[in-house]
Amino acid sequence: MTDRRTTIKWMLAAATSMPWLHHAAAEEVTASVPAPNGYGYDPNLTKLYRPGDVWPLTLSAAQRRTAGALCNVILPGDDRSPGAESVGVVDFIDEWVSAPYPRQLKDRPIVLEGLAWMDAEALLRFKKDFAELDDPRQHAICDDICYEPKAEVKFARAAKFFTRYRDLTVGGFYSTPSGHKDLGYIGNVPLARFDGPPMELLRKLGLGPQPS
Amino acid sequence: MTPSANHQPYDVIIVGSGAAGGQSAYTLCMEGAKVLMLEAGRDYVPEHETPMFQTPDQAPLRGVSTPEKDFGFYDSTIDGGWTVPGEPYVQSTADPHGRFAWWRARMLGGRTNHWGRISLRNGSYDFKPHRRDGLGFDWPISYEDVAPYYDKVERLIGVYGTSEGLENTPNSPEGCLLPPPAPLVSDYLVQQRAGRLGIPIVAGHRAVLTRQLDFKRSPALLHPGNLKAQKIIAEHMRQRAACFWATDCGRGCSIRANYQSTTVHLPPALATGNLNIVTNAMVSEVVLGRNGLAKGVKYIDKISGREHVAAARVVVLAASACETVRILLNSKSAQFPEGLANSSGKVGRYLMDTVGSSVSGQVPLLESLPPLNEDGASGHAFYAPWWLYQDQQKGKMDFARGYHIEFGGGRRMPNFGTLHGLESITQGSYGKKLKEDARRYYGSFVGFDGRGEMIPNENSYCEIDPVVKDRWGIPVLRFHWQWSDHETRQAAHMQKTFAGIIEAMGGKVSGAVKTDGAEAIAPGGFIIHEVGGARMGESRQTSVTNQWCQTWDVKNLFLNDGAVFVSNADKNPTLTIMALAWRASDHIAQLMRRKEL
Repeated sequence: MTDRRTTIKWMLAAATSMPWLHHAAAEEVTASVPAPNGYGYDPNLTKLYRPGDVWPLTLSAAQRRTAGALCNVILPGDDRSPGAESVGVVDFIDEWVSAPYPRQLKDRPIVLEGLAWMDAEALLRFKKDFAELDDPRQHAICDDICYEPKAEVKFARAAKFFTRYRDLTVGGFYSTPSGHKDLGYIGNVPLARFDGPPMELLRKLGLGPQPS
Repeated sequence: MTPSANHQPYDVIIVGSGAAGGQSAYTLCMEGAKVLMLEAGRDYVPEHETPMFQTPDQAPLRGVSTPEKDFGFYDSTIDGGWTVPGEPYVQSTADPHGRFAWWRARMLGGRTNHWGRISLRNGSYDFKPHRRDGLGFDWPISYEDVAPYYDKVERLIGVYGTSEGLENTPNSPEGCLLPPPAPLVSDYLVQQRAGRLGIPIVAGHRAVLTRQLDFKRSPALLHPGNLKAQKIIAEHMRQRAACFWATDCGRGCSIRANYQSTTVHLPPALATGNLNIVTNAMVSEVVLGRNGLAKGVKYIDKISGREHVAAARVVVLAASACETVRILLNSKSAQFPEGLANSSGKVGRYLMDTVGSSVSGQVPLLESLPPLNEDGASGHAFYAPWWLYQDQQKGKMDFARGYHIEFGGGRRMPNFGTLHGLESITQGSYGKKLKEDARRYYGSFVGFDGRGEMIPNENSYCEIDPVVKDRWGIPVLRFHWQWSDHETRQAAHMQKTFAGIIEAMGGKVSGAVKTDGAEAIAPGGFIIHEVGGARMGESRQTSVTNQWCQTWDVKNLFLNDGAVFVSNADKNPTLTIMALAWRASDHIAQLMRRKEL
């Protein structure tokens, strides 16, 4: 679920970039046309959807290979949870960059160009595609672009891509049951009663019901 | 639910099926009136259509917002949002500060299906704001006039909360409120630290059943002397389950544990046998008879595209403040060339929303907590009512009216955005380190939302656009909007206050604190507390209706929704909309019994 705060942030961002229909000098019509290939204003909310169910996926096999390798560099498997690729994050990113909505259309060139850059940089430095590099070599590239404020000017564009791609990977991964489990999210189950946090935890934190 | 059902004689036509329409239908049907309800959207059945336990990975795009589902895929709003296909509205300016965003939900139950369920009573100051500070207008009624209806609505729909005896924050009589849910760790921390700043943190009030309603005692209190009504509501109270502490209320609730018109008002109203609901019925105008009374309404059946007229003794508009205004302004006749019931020229005027501003922060004390189920009642165990009435009265503040604080944190279901933007804290970590960071920071964020009073002004209004029509050929609304300094300064105050609370929690604000109120304030309409446009008042010269929501000009035409609001206190309007709709409907039933309608 996206809360109102997130939606407002997104709307404010979209308001400046969305084309509005004009019918008179200073007047604007706030209208909307359903996106072609979108799920429309009245989708079935209880159905289980998989990427590709509503609009076709568009990444090539080569793009998906690079995408998967990068997902696993960002969130590799460890003793708590599998790597991002194995829980369907590449399918999700493919769904995202193939989607007909403004935010996703804006991300598409960033992601496609970024994936191409990863391979080009791998080829330049190590004469191989990114997906074929070993961990230290993959990290050598990612270390240069993983934090925009510290990236060299020549890596600025790639760093911007990495920030976006990390958010897509993180968002794609932690919204799955595997991601939920990794974080210790244990809700979404019906309970007979809800008692709140245990007293000993509150005491440890110096909190608790105020004495009445 | 077919248009052919329209041929029987009806006592009352109600346009709209949300908080106001639902409450009006409930009250009138229980009192024995034959009611036809017209809803512009499709039928909607929460028991079958609510995505209760779906996780984000089961939705397109992990359930994020799109222009077709503005609050995310699983939000219960269908055929609606900030835009509705084929049903545009017009802005009078391209200036972002002069715009009004209009949220509509074309579905049975309207916006009650997805709302936040925050249910606060207006206090005594809120009905007489002009008397206190010389700004805005006073209502023709006082808190005491509405209080019995607040009691009834709380008992009927089920609202949790406590009575704290705080200034202008009314207590509920014993037995009206359900017990509040247990707070989360972050709630306790906010309570402790904001408390040190002198900000009172008390139980929130929301329309969620923390336990089953009192189906033994409440029916007789709700409908004294009306055994049939008592029997019906007792049965429906029994059928509603208590909250099982999972799934977001914004999705709606298939077990009827929170308030939606579709699960709370409409089923008992239908059980009386007195209610007929026609969906996909887009009302274009009220039809005026030669006797100067409303004869009925004209509507378009959206499925066939055909126009119909439905007739009744009384017409109640409850279509949402702006849609009600639109219907009035589009109902032109020789007698009312400027729109029906508009001899005052006030229809469309004094449109209001709520002042909104948000700040969030990251709090180290909440890092790396053990696994805890913090779904709870889906937020708002606590809130902070406005606490600076005395400072305002003494002239110490640079804005006139108050706001309350809603806040939330905790280990809620991780979604697409839960762990975004971590790089500013983690210096861009990735790999195994990022996984460790995610575990550490998940659940350590707390967000604060201010919800404040807007004073009605001359520059915030809507009118009919002379050119644009919707797909049904009905002229659309054009909006004008302007905040005054009272609102923008209030928004700046929210920013400073929330930053102060986050710092008092030992946390760090995410992003920048907006000191410029004009930038801090959410645009008009964004909080979806659209009220005003046909205010009630003491005289036919300065208002559209009397204190009974009855239009001065047409005595069998009532406006039972938020359009009649005279002011828009910081208290979220839905509970007051329901209380006023019940009060107006009681009055209608009484006038009909006395054959005065």
